[in-house]
Amino acid sequence: MKIDYEHKMAAHCENGSIMSLMNYHGIKLSEAMVFGIGSGIYFSHIPIIKLNGMPMTSFRPWPGAIFKRVSKALDIDVEVTRFGDPEKAMRALDINLEKGIPTGLVVGVFYLDYFPTSYRFHFNAHNIIAIGKEDGKYIISDPIMETLEYLPYDNLKKVRFAQGLQAPKGKMYYIKGLPDDIDIKGAVIKGLKRTVREMVVLPGPVIGVRGIRYLSKKVRNYPRRFTPAVAAKHLGQIVRMQEEIGTGGAGFRFLFAAFLQEASSLLENPKLNELSARMTEIGDMWREFAVYAGRIIKERNEIETYDSIADMLLDISEQEKMVYKKLADIVRYLSKQ
Amino acid sequence: MKKDQVPQDDANMLEGKTRDLQYAVDEHGNYTIVKSVGWEPKNIVLQRTWEEINEKLNHAREQVKTGKYSPLYYHMKKHLMNKWMLAKYAGVNVCKVWFHLKPKGYAKLSPENIEKYKKALNMKPGEDISDVDA
Repeated sequence: MKIDYEHKMAAHCENGSIMSLMNYHGIKLSEAMVFGIGSGIYFSHIPIIKLNGMPMTSFRPWPGAIFKRVSKALDIDVEVTRFGDPEKAMRALDINLEKGIPTGLVVGVFYLDYFPTSYRFHFNAHNIIAIGKEDGKYIISDPIMETLEYLPYDNLKKVRFAQGLQAPKGKMYYIKGLPDDIDIKGAVIKGLKRTVREMVVLPGPVIGVRGIRYLSKKVRNYPRRFTPAVAAKHLGQIVRMQEEIGTGGAGFRFLFAAFLQEASSLLENPKLNELSARMTEIGDMWREFAVYAGRIIKERNEIETYDSIADMLLDISEQEKMVYKKLADIVRYLSKQ
Repeated sequence: MKKDQVPQDDANMLEGKTRDLQYAVDEHGNYTIVKSVGWEPKNIVLQRTWEEINEKLNHAREQVKTGKYSPLYYHMKKHLMNKWMLAKYAGVNVCKVWFHLKPKGYAKLSPENIEKYKKALNMKPGEDISDVDA
């Protein structure tokens, strides 16, 4: 059996799965809207949290955060379950599918059969949606794939119980109930407010625009601290986090700009559209940073250019700060209305 | 990023299985969606990452051949795991996994534990776990 479900692609799997589930239930929101309401834009560079032995640079909130925020802001009743027993988890999914409920699943991508080989790491917070079962194979709507995919029972069981960091434990979710009227405007303002808070208000040197400045300082020191090969490795990790599959490009800046544009027409505030244009420029700066960094990584010997990319990051930090400060003014004005 | 600036640098990272979705502005400044087959900086860092992994894997293979570790160690590294993850995937106690990673412990591996490891590492019944050249 197969649920009549419209497969939708998205730049980011978490936004994508929420968006298409909500679309199925009649709430037409774009990916950018979901991203903005969930305050998907974020930055942190925390030296004590390591990934592959290097400090983790994060361009996104903790996996699952966007989902939680969006369902809370729009007052959608979502049922989330985790399981201890794989067989039970699969049975619960079967029951759901028989009832005709499209069901979101959190899986690890390392053993995911249809995933491109180069992207298979032990990343355990990928979101997919099961929409049916045919000949013993599950029909999967994966937001980052162009078409529907089919997964055998054993493979789905394995990826749902992937191990390691953030093991999903068979996590499964679906929309149980919707409120009578949805306050999208309020949710957008709430999302903007949270973004401002996270990017400029929160104290400490490692989060938000100050985090970018901090990263700039560290990048400047790479050639003095590390051998060229290790420095290139550190730089590579930053670019990977920025541009890995499902970021919408340039560390989500374009996605956020698209959101600001939509919010501008929704809230009838042309100033937001101006900020959207500024954000697009900042996204281009991030891209330029990635291009330069890519060159350094490839050549490995142009040590002097670490200074220039550190300057770029510093510039980005300043520019973004200005945007969020203006955004803060707009949010203040909007919430007074 | 303008719509016509969306990069299309194909390095076969996505293997033609899918394309990246990119947000870009059209000539009127409105955001649209453009599909992309890849972008050079991204390809470079991904390729570099896999080169490093393969170097480490070759090193692991040497270590197995010189008798420092057992073949299980090589397979664990090939699947980018550590012993805790392998223990979880296979359902074998982590102390035992540690033991099995040594040639001495590997020699004492029971048939059922071999099955458990093979299942965890997605190996077909015909494949030999002591083969490290595959």
